[in-house]
Amino acid sequence: MYSRAYKTAVTIPPLLWVTIFLLVPYAILFCYSFWSVSSAQTIVHNWNLQNYLQLARNPIYLQVLFRSMRIAASVTVFALLLGYPLAYYLSFHAAKRKDLLYQLVIIPLWASYLVRGYAWKTILGSDGVLNGFLQYLHITHKPVEFFLYSPFAVIITLTHIYTPFTLLPIYASLEHIPRNLVEASHDLGASPWSTFRRVILPLSLPGVLAGATFAFVLTLGDFLAPLLVGGPSGIMISNVVVSLFGAAYNWPLGAAISFCMMLLVVTLLFITERLEKRLVVS
Amino acid sequence: MSAGFQSRRAPLLLRVYAFLVYAFLYFPIIVLVVYSFNGSGVGGFPPAHWTVDWYHQLFMDAALWDAVLNSVIVAAVAVAIALGLGLPAALALDRTDFPGKALFRRLVLLPLILPGIITGLSLLMLFVAVGMKLSLVTITLGHGTALISVATTEIFAGLQKLERAQEEASLDLGANHWRTFWRVTLPNLRVSLIAAALLIFTLSLDEIAVSFFLIGRDNTLPLEIWSRLRRGITPEINAISTLILVFSIGMILLWYRLRTRLQSADESAAPLVPAAIQGESA
Repeated sequence: MYSRAYKTAVTIPPLLWVTIFLLVPYAILFCYSFWSVSSAQTIVHNWNLQNYLQLARNPIYLQVLFRSMRIAASVTVFALLLGYPLAYYLSFHAAKRKDLLYQLVIIPLWASYLVRGYAWKTILGSDGVLNGFLQYLHITHKPVEFFLYSPFAVIITLTHIYTPFTLLPIYASLEHIPRNLVEASHDLGASPWSTFRRVILPLSLPGVLAGATFAFVLTLGDFLAPLLVGGPSGIMISNVVVSLFGAAYNWPLGAAISFCMMLLVVTLLFITERLEKRLVVS
Repeated sequence: MSAGFQSRRAPLLLRVYAFLVYAFLYFPIIVLVVYSFNGSGVGGFPPAHWTVDWYHQLFMDAALWDAVLNSVIVAAVAVAIALGLGLPAALALDRTDFPGKALFRRLVLLPLILPGIITGLSLLMLFVAVGMKLSLVTITLGHGTALISVATTEIFAGLQKLERAQEEASLDLGANHWRTFWRVTLPNLRVSLIAAALLIFTLSLDEIAVSFFLIGRDNTLPLEIWSRLRRGITPEINAISTLILVFSIGMILLWYRLRTRLQSADESAAPLVPAAIQGESA
């Protein structure tokens, strides 16, 4: 139906741009990961696996990676625990106020990442709002230090940031559930709980999966929240990369870590996509 | 259906839980706004000495306004790049077949889900490889490239809802593809295009992970705020954060008004929520 010229015009420009600004840069990143830095701080282009071997041998990197995955898993679980019930409430019980309440979830999503991270910094700090409040009520007499600069602070901040992201696909999949299925379950005498467990929950799993993937992957690659509220014990894998590209000046090693992260993310996406397809089919 | 499950009142526990989730989502934002009027600093409780001094200080702060201007320019050009390439990309995905289409789709959408640090770093390596100096130009290219993904998903969702009949009628009546594109397809897509533009503009204004690696001498607003956070925090940052929030909410309201005005008889209005977030496998 469409002419050859039309097809060329819509295909070639984005294809070219994406090749130059995404594919080539990823390829350069991949190349860097096999190079090394000389003692004179220049990049040496001799191809070898040193960087990857170093990552495998030095336990520090794996430790930080596991910590990042733990933090990402915690954020995912919390975001689901907060997001799912709210999405369920919105989809099935909000009635007339549905639109308004839905938009109330969207607003924080449009609010700046940095603004929200900063807000938590002012709340959790040792002179922060929370400590001020606790002392005001005479619950504590000294500032509690561990609120800020801890993995806990990173988890609470990122849960706050990613809960709306997690909620949206869940809400979308709940909205797609044919209501007559739910009616039928009721009419056949199922309790609300068993209707939820046997009808609604299974049908919403693709949304849960999409939301969980979002929260996990975005948390895993985050380096700003750890810098803002994490402190030394909240350092994540991306912070290691940032320092290798900055003060520590070892781009090749940083590129190797980045490539591993990319591989991890793409594998995860591949798996969830497969799972999602199977869920939708069954 | 109106008398069915949908309108049933939620159990008390669920309503309380939903309320608490909203409280969690809005608590930091409210704290941030309240303390922007606090004379005695960013923390402590209760806030005391109400003042608008921080806003005064903010309006006198030339460096900050330079950063705002930089951000607006970057965002405007990023919108042009992302729409200029996202529109053909969406058309290509919707209407053409070419070898490697699946790979192309994945590549375009990858920056949506890939942590910003990887996009930022690989672009940094590209610019270093070709000897391009880091500046607002490199940041703009980075934003434009990363946000093509948002433009593509948003416009693709719009195309899927589009009635093909009008285009076919136009072609049957003798208009060629270009004419049909300008006179039928594009006007029918305007809601998606505007939605995408507003979203991309807001996302670019807020972007920090990619910019972090591509920054030259001139700061964008988030990076300016970031560099100040490291020097110590004052309620001036609360004040600018509050203004950013007001701006984001303003964008949403603007979008609503536009949508109600543009929405014709059909219900094909693009959702405010990026299709991007509704399900990444769109």
